[in-house]
Amino acid sequence: MKGKRIIRSRIMVAATMGVTVLAVAACGMMAMMGTGAEPPAAEEFGLGPRHSAQGAYVAQIQPAAPLAVRKMQSVNIRITDAQGVPVDGAAITVDGRMPQHGHGLPTRPRVTRAHGNGVYQIDGLRFNMGGWWEFRLVIAGQAGADSVTFNLDL
Amino acid sequence: MKTTRVLPVLSVVVLASVAGAAAAWDRGWTDEEMETIRSLWIGELGPLPEDPTNRFATDARAAELGKRLFFDTRLSSNGAVACATCHDPERAFQDGIALARGVGTTDRRTMPIAGTARSPFLFWDGRKDSQWAQALGPLESPVEHGGDRTRYAHVVARAYRAEYEALFGSMPTLDAAPASAGPVADPVARAAWDAMDAVRRDEVTQVFVNLGKAIAAYERTVDHEPSRFDRYAEGLMRDGRTPEHVLSEDEEAGLALFIGKGQCTNCHNGPQFTNNEFHNTGVPAAPGLPNDVGRFAGAERVLTDEFNCRSRWSDARPEQCSELEFLATGGHELERAFKVPSLREVADRAPYMHAGQIATMEDVVDHYSRAPQAPAGHTELRPLRLSAREKAQLVAFLRALSGEGKE
Repeated sequence: MKGKRIIRSRIMVAATMGVTVLAVAACGMMAMMGTGAEPPAAEEFGLGPRHSAQGAYVAQIQPAAPLAVRKMQSVNIRITDAQGVPVDGAAITVDGRMPQHGHGLPTRPRVTRAHGNGVYQIDGLRFNMGGWWEFRLVIAGQAGADSVTFNLDL
Repeated sequence: MKTTRVLPVLSVVVLASVAGAAAAWDRGWTDEEMETIRSLWIGELGPLPEDPTNRFATDARAAELGKRLFFDTRLSSNGAVACATCHDPERAFQDGIALARGVGTTDRRTMPIAGTARSPFLFWDGRKDSQWAQALGPLESPVEHGGDRTRYAHVVARAYRAEYEALFGSMPTLDAAPASAGPVADPVARAAWDAMDAVRRDEVTQVFVNLGKAIAAYERTVDHEPSRFDRYAEGLMRDGRTPEHVLSEDEEAGLALFIGKGQCTNCHNGPQFTNNEFHNTGVPAAPGLPNDVGRFAGAERVLTDEFNCRSRWSDARPEQCSELEFLATGGHELERAFKVPSLREVADRAPYMHAGQIATMEDVVDHYSRAPQAPAGHTELRPLRLSAREKAQLVAFLRALSGEGKE
C-alpha cells in the first residue's frame, strides 16, 4: 500500500540524516513484533489536517463521536486545496489497513453524502481491532488525483 | 501508544515474578492496562442492540412461545431433534462434540447462543444477519432438523395455534398443504413445494418466518453472565487496586498476557471477548471434510439470503440494513476467515474451532503461540513463542471467564 511506502521512506530519510538511534530502535521493534511494518512517530498520528501525498489537497477527519472499535460509525471529512479553498465535487474512495496485521477494514465504507463547503460524509466505517490503522482517502478533484493517508490509533 | 506496548507488559511480568512472594499482592496495572481490563468487563456490555428485522424481538409472549419451540423435538424429520439437542442449556448452549449431530452429522462445531443478539452476523461464516434468520437455517438442513416448511407449519397449527394467533394473527388454512414440502435438499419435499401455488407457499413461509422470530425472541434473553474475571475487574475499577482472593497469581499473570504479549485482544476484545468479526488464524483443515472457505462464501450467501435484513420477510426498512449495505465481500482476506467466538465460558466448550479440530484449551493456546501456516488463505497470526509457564497462565485466566456458578 502506498501509505506504508511513504512511512518507510520517511524512516530511511531520518536514518540517512544521522538519526541512527531511531533506526536501530525501529529494527529492534521489528524483530520483536515479527512483522515488517512499524508505526510512524507519534506526531504522524491524528485526524489531521493532513496533506495529500502530492500536496494537492489537505484533508481532515471530523468524527461526530470519538472513533471506536467494533462500532459502525459515520465520519465527516473536510477537504481543501493547498490554498485552503474547500474542494467540492470530488470523487473520493475510502480504504483502511492494519500494516502490522495484514488485513483491512471489515466493512466497505464509502462517501454517502456531500454536504458542501468541502465536507463529505463517510458511512459504514468499522474497525475490528485496536492499534495502528492506516486510513486512506483517494481524492479525485479539480486539482487531479491524489491520496492522503491518516495514521489512527484505535 | 498501544502498538508498542509489548515491552512495558513484559517488564510487568518480570517484576511480578520477582515480587510474587510479597504478602500484599498488588499487580500494579498501568493506566492503559486498566483501560483494557475495563473494556473487557461485563459492565461495559450495555443494553442489547435493537433488532429492526424482528418486530417481535422483545415481546415476552414471543419469547415464551420461542422457548417452547426451542425444546420441541417435533420440529424435526425424525421427531428426535430440537434446537436444544445441540444447544443444550446445561452446557452453555452447546453440545461438547466436534461436529454437531442432528438427524445426521454437520461439517461444523455447534456455536453457543449467549450474546448472539449483539452480533451482526451469525454462524462461523456469518451467512445469516439476524437471530431469526439463523434459527431457520438448521430447521431446513438435511443433517440438522431435517424437516421442511409445511411440516413445521402443521406442527404450529396443531400444537401452538392459540399462542401463534395471539401474536401473529390467524394461521393460514393448511388443508391443502402437503405433510412435507419445502425448498430443501430432499427431492420429494422439494417437488411437493414446487407444485404448490405461490400464494400458498408464501403463507407457509410466513408461518416459518414467525416461528424463527419467536425462537429469536427467546434466544435474545440468553445473554452473557458475570464471571470471576468480572468480579476482579469490578473491584479494580471501584478501588483502584487489585482485589484480593479473586484471581490467583497465575490467573492475573494470564490476564496480563491476554491483553499484552499474547495479543489476544486483537480479536477477542470488548466485553464479549470478541469483535464479532471474521479472521483467518491458520486453523488446520478438518480431516475428511470438504474444503471450507469460511467467510469468503458466507459474505456472498448473506447478501442473497432469502431471509436477510433487506428481504420481504424482514421488518426492517432498507436503510436499517447498513451491515449489508457496507458488507465486505470477495478478496483473499476472507478466505478461511471464521467468526471470532466469545471467550466467555470458553472452558466449558471444548473442543474448539469451527469444526472442533482442537481438543483442549492448552492445545488452542499452543496453536496461537506457534502460529502455523493456514491450509488456505493467509493466517493473520505471528508466532508468540510463549513459554510453557506463560501458556499455562493464559489457560488459567481463560478458566476464570466462566459463570461463577459453573466453575
